[in-house]
Amino acid sequence: MLEVRDLHAYYGKSHILQGVSFRVGAGEIVSLIGRNGAGRSTTVKTIMGEVAPVGAIEFKGERIDGLAPHLIARRGLGYVPENRDIFPTLTVRENLALGVKPGQQGGRWSLEDMFTLFPNLRDRADTPGGVLSGGEQQMLSICRTLMGDPELIMIDEPTEGLAPQVIARVSDLLETIAARGVAILLIEQKLTIALEISHRVYVMGHGRIVFDGTAQQLRDNAAVRREWLEV
Amino acid sequence: MLELATFSLLNGIVYGLLLFMLTSGLTLIFSMMGVLNFAHASVFMLGAYLSYQVGLWVGFWPALVIAPLLCGLVGAGIERYGLRYVHKSGHVAEILFTFGLSYLIEELVTMIWGRNAVANNVPAAVDFPLFTLFGSTFPAYKGLMMVISVSMLVFLWLALKRTRMGLVIQAALSHPSMASALGHDVPGVFMLVFAIGSGLAGLAGVIGGFMLLTQPTLAHAVGPIVFVIVVVGGLGSLAGAFIASMLIGILQTFAVAIDYSLVDLLRALGFVITRSTPSYEFLSIKVATVAPTVPYLLLVLFLIVRPRGFLGKRDV
Repeated sequence: MLEVRDLHAYYGKSHILQGVSFRVGAGEIVSLIGRNGAGRSTTVKTIMGEVAPVGAIEFKGERIDGLAPHLIARRGLGYVPENRDIFPTLTVRENLALGVKPGQQGGRWSLEDMFTLFPNLRDRADTPGGVLSGGEQQMLSICRTLMGDPELIMIDEPTEGLAPQVIARVSDLLETIAARGVAILLIEQKLTIALEISHRVYVMGHGRIVFDGTAQQLRDNAAVRREWLEV
Repeated sequence: MLELATFSLLNGIVYGLLLFMLTSGLTLIFSMMGVLNFAHASVFMLGAYLSYQVGLWVGFWPALVIAPLLCGLVGAGIERYGLRYVHKSGHVAEILFTFGLSYLIEELVTMIWGRNAVANNVPAAVDFPLFTLFGSTFPAYKGLMMVISVSMLVFLWLALKRTRMGLVIQAALSHPSMASALGHDVPGVFMLVFAIGSGLAGLAGVIGGFMLLTQPTLAHAVGPIVFVIVVVGGLGSLAGAFIASMLIGILQTFAVAIDYSLVDLLRALGFVITRSTPSYEFLSIKVATVAPTVPYLLLVLFLIVRPRGFLGKRDV
């Protein structure tokens, strides 16, 4: 579904991504893990077209590198950024409405689905998004992207700064998403939920992929965890 | 006295509304791109000239619609073929670009219509007294200005708050890259907002053109006041720009109408002031004489006391 080959990216003169290659299959949950500064967020931003890509990015068999972000999104690639980017002055309902793409007809998810999944959002439907709690904003951000009916959703650090019981809900939501046939690329710093729900895991370090395997293989590989993940 | 107050207030509101129509576009553009568009007042001037020219060809009423539309097109072109490329080089480049553009427009206007003011008079269709109050008449064209400004602003507000396009604009104002990632054409939205802002400036130019002199220096006449409003109201705040526009509009109109000086005030308080009193020349300056400085006094005051303006979120 998504295939990245030898991807490079630069911020000014800094060479951030130095030949990243990986793939996500249809309906798969794949995690991209690594310490701060390893290049995980840059990888998704580059796929999304926010950072200029050098290399090949294929989505559903077609090259998308070089396209404008909104055109990439319209092809069915969803993105939930690390800082959630809730539109603060708009209500929860309006935030969700903005997830629906121009000209979109239906999709896997309705507003009612979102409210059923998170009754909190229904209760606060007419509240400005800016006053929600961190957990609520995270849910809203993911739900908003789902409203656009992506076939692959890339979620950057959804558990960051959340309480353990909220993290469990995020984890449940990711499994619900996968159950409807949406592939997930999960970006995480810690192994918190990644190992429990992922089919496959990539570990990043210094702008490269340094490990590629199943969750079980990473569990068994203490050397990789020590060198690239543990603080 | 009551007559003076009523008419000053009415004129102040007319002027304030005009200023707001001009600054609302600038504010929208600023909150979106983070850059002050120095060519904005030039588009206002262009609106005045275009309405004069189109008015000569097809009459005032069609010109009232056509001139702002043309200004909107000019704005869209400025964004699409200019700012969009300059944007990548940062804010300084953008400011220089719009600054240069203001000179370009001024020179173009001079080349086409000449250095002197054109006879952009109040159209006959609206040149009659609307009503008479305390023996003075209120001209119909000022009534028209009020109606146009208010209905334009209500329309703008509804479009921003009640339509899906308005939602996308608001979203693009706060998190442009997120709005893009959700599949919205943010560069297209930017161009649209630039066009709307320029169209509003053009409309303000049409109805402001016959109040002020339609000459190549028109942009210089309103440009600085527009920036005062943006600072006093708070950078990027539409509501703040509205308050500041009305405040400056009303303050300045009242100041122009006050035919008193400090001498009159001191005499009223019982002081004896003669021509030999020290600094008599200064004390005898009438408020009306210094009226044009009122906006700038306000600017200085705000920069000292409240640099973020009425409703701004950050300091200038």
